[in-house]
Amino acid sequence: MADKQATREAYGKALLILGAENPNVVVLDADLSKSTKTADFGKKYPERFFNMGIAESNLLGTAAGLAAAGKIPFASTFAIFAVGRAFEQIRNSIAYPKLNVKIAATHSGITVGEDGGSHQAIEDVAIMRAVPNMVVLVPADGEETRQVILASAKYYGPVYIRMGRLDVPLLFDEDYHFEIGKANVLKEGTDVAIMANGIMVSMALEAASDLAAEGIKVSVVNVASVKPLDEDTIVRVAKTTKAVVTAEEHNIIGGLGSAISEVLAERQPTPIVRVGLKDTFGESGKPVELLEKYGLTKAALIKAVHEVLAKKQK
Amino acid sequence: MTTIELKRVANVIRQDIISMLVTAKSGHPGGSLSAADIVATLFFNEMRINPKDPKWADRDRFVLSKGHAAPVLYSALAEKGYFSKEELKGLRQTGHMLQGHPDMKKTPGVDMSTGSLGQGLSAANGMALAGKLDGKDYRVYALLGDGEMAEGQVWEAAMASAHYKLDNVTAIIDYNGLQIDGKTDSVMCSAPLLEKWQAFCWHVIEVDGHDIDALLAAFAEAKTVKGKPTMIIAKTVKGKGVSFMEDQAGWHGNAPSVEQGEQALKELREEAANLG
Ligand SMILES: Cc1ncc(C[n+]2csc(CCOP(=O)(O)OP(=O)(O)O)c2C)c(N)n1
Ligand SMILES: [Mg+2]
Repeated sequence: MADKQATREAYGKALLILGAENPNVVVLDADLSKSTKTADFGKKYPERFFNMGIAESNLLGTAAGLAAAGKIPFASTFAIFAVGRAFEQIRNSIAYPKLNVKIAATHSGITVGEDGGSHQAIEDVAIMRAVPNMVVLVPADGEETRQVILASAKYYGPVYIRMGRLDVPLLFDEDYHFEIGKANVLKEGTDVAIMANGIMVSMALEAASDLAAEGIKVSVVNVASVKPLDEDTIVRVAKTTKAVVTAEEHNIIGGLGSAISEVLAERQPTPIVRVGLKDTFGESGKPVELLEKYGLTKAALIKAVHEVLAKKQK
Repeated sequence: MTTIELKRVANVIRQDIISMLVTAKSGHPGGSLSAADIVATLFFNEMRINPKDPKWADRDRFVLSKGHAAPVLYSALAEKGYFSKEELKGLRQTGHMLQGHPDMKKTPGVDMSTGSLGQGLSAANGMALAGKLDGKDYRVYALLGDGEMAEGQVWEAAMASAHYKLDNVTAIIDYNGLQIDGKTDSVMCSAPLLEKWQAFCWHVIEVDGHDIDALLAAFAEAKTVKGKPTMIIAKTVKGKGVSFMEDQAGWHGNAPSVEQGEQALKELREEAANLG
């Protein structure tokens, strides 16, 4: 087992499983099938693969029609083009009639790297989360991605799946269990909780180990299901730790940090520090350098934990 | 149905449109009236549908891409027996199934939710692709507006229908020459439509959109075309059938008053009487 895998890579493999299992699964792409990793499905099941060309509005609109006629379409392109260019097709042709379309978006966040800010979706979770009927999932590693894709195909209705370009550490094995609407407590601690998703989950686990050495007991919660949000687990953990850090590769406005803040403000007011992009676009660069520059690192999480512990003390 | 019967249905649909809008006090008469003959021909002659089984897997599909013309669709569905004609009185009312724009979740017989222009042909293509994959012989019809031609997505979809050889798709343009801000040619010239659609590798037929026989012939021709989608450019008059609404951009999205409604219905009843 390789120790790293991009979530998009796992997506491509999961599609092959689905292709064999379910003849109703169809895949659409918009001239990015090599990058989104839908190309393998296209090779294996050419009659069920539709390249729509560089036309994202039509990509999502056609997926809606396929779903209306009983298919389970996975429509793929980069997150910025799916949510950005085709927002209103997603909203009116897919979510409004609650059609069974899976929007499987890759290349989210700043870890797109060298292509730069124009290609780095940092607001997609916020936008998708605000749309009624939409499920929003952000897997952390390859295994979780596999389970997210299979669960999405079983669930009836629109799902937005946010995946990345970068190879990220493999965290889970087959014993791990993802469920739509459920958060996973990966580590129980009593002093503070880090609630993260996507690439920030592995950093949260590393930060928790480092903090343990300082005597700080950290809960780590993987919130892959941003919507529906597992409010009960979040509230339960926050009740114990009385301090929460959220972490996401997304703008701190509107994403996971916002979703958790909303729940805690209403049900369990708790000191909170949000780690994410501070309302700024990304830029070109090596992914690791960008993560460093924009404060999406283990060190940033440790700093945030100290900040929130100081708040808790007051 | 015979031509004269279809003309009678279209006339009833036009009367329904007026009555519905008077009751609702809002809605879009112009583009509903211009499409009445097209919709009547489709629902009462062309399409293989069963009002008792609106979700029948083998049915022909209809996508009203110009969703603001919902009243013409609702009237045809009621007339066809998908729901009672009484329901037409509930158009646009809180809690009623007849939404301002078609909603497939709420109204039996509506195959696609529309209202945001430019999206219908993509959905129709998706249904047609699914039909081909499933080895089904159903056809998919999509009705678009001429102002709608300005939407980029229409042309994305046009390219895709031809690329995937969707000969089970028949699209119709309600070519009434008007949109909200005035004449289509002055707001955003989309002419020449015939050449444009031909250049996108579609089979194109031009007809008078109020000539039932011509429409019947065009739909029949579309079914014989193999390997290509068909576009029927139907020349129409916006507001057709109501003298004071005809060819008036101002009647795009305004409901008639009670008095105007009476006048319109009087004209339409006279037309019905002349049809015999
Ligand atoms: C994307 C979008 N933009 C704007 C509108 C508002 N709108 C409703 S009808 C209309 C004009 C449509 O003109 P046309 O397509 O010619 O239709 P018809 O004349 O048949 O009514 C506009 C701009 C809309 N419904 N959707
Ligand atoms: Mg028009």
